[in-house]
Amino acid sequence: MIAVAEEGLPPSLAAGGSAARLRVENLSFLDLGPFQFGVAHGECLGITGPSGSGKTLLLRALADLDPHTGEVYLDGVAAGALPAPHWRRQVGLLPAESAWWADTVGAHFDGVAPPWLDRLGFGPEVLHWEVARLSSGERQRLAFLRLLVGQPAVLLLDEPTANLDAQNTGRLEDLVRRYREARAAAVVWVTHDLDQLRRVATRCRRLQNGRLEDS
Amino acid sequence: MHVVPLSPLDLGLAALLVVLLALLSLRLRLNLAGQIVIAAARTTVQLLLVGLVLKTVFAHVDLLWIGLMALVMLLAAGREVMGRQKRRFAGWWGFGVGTVSMFVSSFSITLLALTAIIDIQPWYAPRYAVPLLGMVLGNTMTGMAVGLDRLTQAAWTQRAAIEGRLILGEEAPAAIAGIRRDSIRSGLIPIINAMSAAGIVSLPGMMTGQILGGSPPLEAVKYQILVMFLIAAGTGFGTITAVWLGGQRLFDERHRLRLERLKSAP
Repeated sequence: MIAVAEEGLPPSLAAGGSAARLRVENLSFLDLGPFQFGVAHGECLGITGPSGSGKTLLLRALADLDPHTGEVYLDGVAAGALPAPHWRRQVGLLPAESAWWADTVGAHFDGVAPPWLDRLGFGPEVLHWEVARLSSGERQRLAFLRLLVGQPAVLLLDEPTANLDAQNTGRLEDLVRRYREARAAAVVWVTHDLDQLRRVATRCRRLQNGRLEDS
Repeated sequence: MHVVPLSPLDLGLAALLVVLLALLSLRLRLNLAGQIVIAAARTTVQLLLVGLVLKTVFAHVDLLWIGLMALVMLLAAGREVMGRQKRRFAGWWGFGVGTVSMFVSSFSITLLALTAIIDIQPWYAPRYAVPLLGMVLGNTMTGMAVGLDRLTQAAWTQRAAIEGRLILGEEAPAAIAGIRRDSIRSGLIPIINAMSAAGIVSLPGMMTGQILGGSPPLEAVKYQILVMFLIAAGTGFGTITAVWLGGQRLFDERHRLRLERLKSAP
């Protein structure tokens, strides 16, 4: 596995140069940054840090949901060079709170059952369930499956197991690992759970005072 | 036939009713007494002023004067639309969205009515132009205020759902489409109801006024039908324009939801 490069290195050397799936250069927003890092193919960068340090904002900026300066590259292509919807389909963000806008689960999947339903403990009948009756854990797992439907090259996961019990936490961690390896996806995993990061991340950073520091 | 003139005493008696309403609302702690009194006072002063202005404008059939009056009406309506938003667009957009949309719809529809439908000479004859524009503008303003308010409120409360769709790669127009539709609908429903109820539940004000003024009822009815259609078109096209513009302004060119462009009313 290719290591993530140190901050401050020239971009060409960061994250193994061209091998970086996701590369971040001089990314700044609000009073945070500039951020300088890369995540290689099939790698999982764990990010932790105190509440309010900007972890969620960092993920939002990577998904180009908030205004920012600097640039983010996917396989060497700048976000600005792609239409934003195209970018977001490739750089998939899983927010801590999932959002649902239709009545049934299936309406959010265009009625087609995604692969891996069973891996997170669901049967195909889940598509007929009413969203209003889902538990927060079910919502979180289904939101993750919904994100995978588009087969993004990058996964930005914001506390993805916050509402899950131990069994489902294990299932989700396992699915992320399989997906990452099968698709050579780059994963950025934000959580307060250091034990989890030890299990899932290939490298960890701590977001503090507007910077990513070694943890 | 002539109109029975109203004396100040007659109006004073009617005003007494409003005072009673204000007192009752005070007693019920509706927190509206002040607003009722101020609104009633505004009605009196504004209408008296406009009566004076109309007297002058009617005396001089001059496009410049009419244009000036139309402009003042438009700006006042734009301000009113802005004032009715709980969350409105910051800066010039707050005023601009409503004003531009009203200009586009109300003005062109009134112009069409004056030149193509009523066909008077000159087309800007103030006896027709001013009341028509006033009625179209007033109703468009209401529909637009409702529609825009709904749009900005819904964008605010449904932020997670809108961004949830953007995250999955939907374009901004698709992510806001449902909210846009609901907003336009809520702006249009009052005029649809008014058309449905006209004549059965309610006698529209203009027609009543014309009849009071001595017009034959059937002539008054025809004018009322015309005005209803103009108002419906004005409200409809105006609300659609305003909600569409507002929906554009909620996002930037990178399809990001920019709620910081809204500010809550003071």
